[in-house]
Amino acid sequence: MNSKSLNKIYNNSLLGPMIFFAVLLCIPLVTSSNYVFSILTMVGFYALVCIGLTTLTGYAGQISLGHAAFYGIGAYSSAVLTGTYGLNPWLAIIIGAVISAIVALIVGIPTFKLKGYYLALATLGFGIIVFTLFKELSSITGGSNGFFGIPSISLFGFEFITDISYFYLIWIVVFLAILFMRNIIHSRIGRGLRSIEGSEIAADAVGVNLMSYKLQMFVLSAIFASVAGSFLAHYVSFINPDLFVANTSIFFLIMVIIGGKGNIWGSIVGAAIYVLLDELLKHYVPLLLPNVGGEFEIVFFGILLVLMLIYMPNGLVPQFEKIVSKFKRKPSANSTLQSISANATGGDNK
Amino acid sequence: MNDKRPILSVENLTKVFGGVVAVDNVSFAVDEGEIFAVIGPNGAGKSTLFNMITGVLPSSSGNVYFQEKRLTRKKPYQIAQLGITRTFQNLEVFDNMTVIENVMTGAHITMKTNILTAGLRLPNVKKEEIRIMERSMEALEAVGISHLAYELADRLPYGSQRLLEIARAAISNPKLILLDEPMAGLNSEESRQLVEVILKMREQGMTFLFVEHDMETVMSISDRIVVIDNGVKIGEGTPEEIYQNPQVVAAYLGDEEEEGVEAYA
Amino acid sequence: MELLSQMLQLLFSGLTLGAIYALIAVGFVVIYNVTGILNFAQGEFAMLGALISISFVNMNVPLWLAVILSIIIVAAIGGIFERTAIHTARKSSVTTLIIITIGVSIALRGLAILIWGTQVQTLPSFTDNTPINILDAVLLPQNIWAVGISIVILIIMMYFFNFTFVGKSLTACVVNPFAARLMGINPEKMSLLAVIVSAGIGALAGSVIAPISGATYDMGMMLGIKAFVAAVIGGLTNAPAAIAGAFLIGIIEAFTEGLWSSGLKDVVTFSMLLLILFIKPEGLFAKASGKRV
Repeated sequence: MNSKSLNKIYNNSLLGPMIFFAVLLCIPLVTSSNYVFSILTMVGFYALVCIGLTTLTGYAGQISLGHAAFYGIGAYSSAVLTGTYGLNPWLAIIIGAVISAIVALIVGIPTFKLKGYYLALATLGFGIIVFTLFKELSSITGGSNGFFGIPSISLFGFEFITDISYFYLIWIVVFLAILFMRNIIHSRIGRGLRSIEGSEIAADAVGVNLMSYKLQMFVLSAIFASVAGSFLAHYVSFINPDLFVANTSIFFLIMVIIGGKGNIWGSIVGAAIYVLLDELLKHYVPLLLPNVGGEFEIVFFGILLVLMLIYMPNGLVPQFEKIVSKFKRKPSANSTLQSISANATGGDNK
Repeated sequence: MNDKRPILSVENLTKVFGGVVAVDNVSFAVDEGEIFAVIGPNGAGKSTLFNMITGVLPSSSGNVYFQEKRLTRKKPYQIAQLGITRTFQNLEVFDNMTVIENVMTGAHITMKTNILTAGLRLPNVKKEEIRIMERSMEALEAVGISHLAYELADRLPYGSQRLLEIARAAISNPKLILLDEPMAGLNSEESRQLVEVILKMREQGMTFLFVEHDMETVMSISDRIVVIDNGVKIGEGTPEEIYQNPQVVAAYLGDEEEEGVEAYA
Repeated sequence: MELLSQMLQLLFSGLTLGAIYALIAVGFVVIYNVTGILNFAQGEFAMLGALISISFVNMNVPLWLAVILSIIIVAAIGGIFERTAIHTARKSSVTTLIIITIGVSIALRGLAILIWGTQVQTLPSFTDNTPINILDAVLLPQNIWAVGISIVILIIMMYFFNFTFVGKSLTACVVNPFAARLMGINPEKMSLLAVIVSAGIGALAGSVIAPISGATYDMGMMLGIKAFVAAVIGGLTNAPAAIAGAFLIGIIEAFTEGLWSSGLKDVVTFSMLLLILFIKPEGLFAKASGKRV
């Protein structure tokens, strides 16, 4: 037996992700519009947050309503450490991630001891605390006026300034994050997490420490959000607390549900659809209702979220996969059917 | 057998549910390598006893020791990590995984991969995955369902799911396996298959504690038996001794026929 | 003397806030008890109640009638929400149902922007609002209204749950849904009833607070979350304890705001939430074995 037999259970092939990212990275050949790249870069930031969050929601069965806070902790750590103290941006990203991880532990340890949905409540409250602190600690964060002049990132002497350079940067990070998360899911850790969903009592009986796994996923997802926030800060060079309000956490959750909870690729799809819809709504609704102001678009996202959960609770990507596999089945149907029937006759002695 | 140290000792274990005593001051000790059975009529407190040993229910008083270590107040996963695994009366396979993944999950505590090494997929991780997969395949072969390895566990017939649970419980090389009514719902051919698997594993040094209704199996494979009725231990001994214990006969064997009818109904 | 009057003043506003939180928290506990769902749309009922009352008053409907109409309309909205969103998805996991309530809450908030805009709207006080001086502290009649209405409603609720058939049926669904069904009580109907009642009470809470702090499309979120904190302090399932928790939060908030910083009052409240989850997750007032309702 070798790694080939492992591939019978887990598709660890690099081909799919490589092709996807090759296509994505070729987009600059087709267009050079800064608007397109700024949109795609935003999708990248959101996707990075959602890769962690979708795993937390889908595999650990937990709802977090506070990921905007980790996104913000990353952003403000980078802003303050590089802008105020002149630290190396890469070091600041790491420090931000460590702070987020520690904060996630502090919030997570008490809540994961409890059964049920306390994480949703705890993270919601925690998100508001963090948001308020961003606003109130104005001597450090700049308060409601925001934090100006965050320096750009550079790597091996190359300075990331343009939209297109951040587009490359964030999508390479997303690529690595996807591989990292997929590796986790296709391992002992992933089985431990899935076993909780399969049968909590049996997971316990084979020695899976449920609380520890939920906590680890929560911390990991906080780190992903924090890193995304750090890159965001360097990209936009100006941040304010409003970027990290409770609604942002809810939008992350909406992206996860659109793409399909527990579906890593779904986080890209969810983020992309959210950003596109948001742009369209902000562009076209004011043409129809000229007097509308504020964040009116939440009404659409709210309804979308409810409809998705009622009619397509697994999200778009699994739905899409179902349709694709129906078409794919036909050519190879013979061999699969044979093996299934062979198994059935051999195993079913009832 | 008496010169052996007990691997599991249950001392004065008691469980009270809001005034009702479900298990009353039960004590017994299981020796290493034994097949030990707990029998009793329906509602006698067997499942409660099991759930206290595995940490699912906290005991009201009394203690459980496993290889001199106190299990009281330990969580189920900690008890599993000490080397006690179990199967369930009402099957608890991971229905969202394939059969082989179920067994691989059983090997959870024997593996070292953590979230970081898994994410980076270090060479060790891959080696470990392959090794565990091979071992899981062997475990499936041992219980005779390796041809179903890549099926979704949910799709397996009832009897095969029971065998799967045993493979999952055995893969981590535990010192003690608890079987909760392993014969329930099996036809005679499947029961025979299961008995064979258990006897084979015992030869390899595993200890079994099981709760069972099916008297025939209990008498044929167990070394020693404890009988409980209404939460109280009313007898202990070899199958022959149990047959001759008048109290046991009155309490349990007296309505064996009835039980038998129920089991097949 | 000045200190005493300041304390008294803060106590008045704390009790008022607490009364509002208590009404919303009770609705939250009722829904949680009957369905197991954390209803994140709870605060939006209060927001809708306030804004609908204001719209009726702007149409020259008498205030008392405006509030009653608003309660009826919001209760109906609650009923529609239960039938279309909760009931349709009732076979889904609780996780899914909770996220559905989040979706409904932001949809209602967005709807409020489309209807009422983002400006703060005001509702006249229920009666002449001449301040009353007590030991140099100012007490507004609307504060008395808030506390008074809240106490009356909470007493009615207690009576309803403990002494009426429907109330007892609701309780039965919580204790044992299966047995309740055998007794001819339909848990699904009870779920509908729970949401309608909670929505109506929420609307009342919103209408009572609107003359004091104004009404905006986004007022529901904070009210809802504070009510959550109150319910968690009470152990999530225990209505009287949640009410006590609500008053506790109201008073702590008022004192934090008055003596320290208005910006940081939310930090204090939510730190309390995390602290309670940390040290006493079964709720501050829980006895050894918690009983639901």
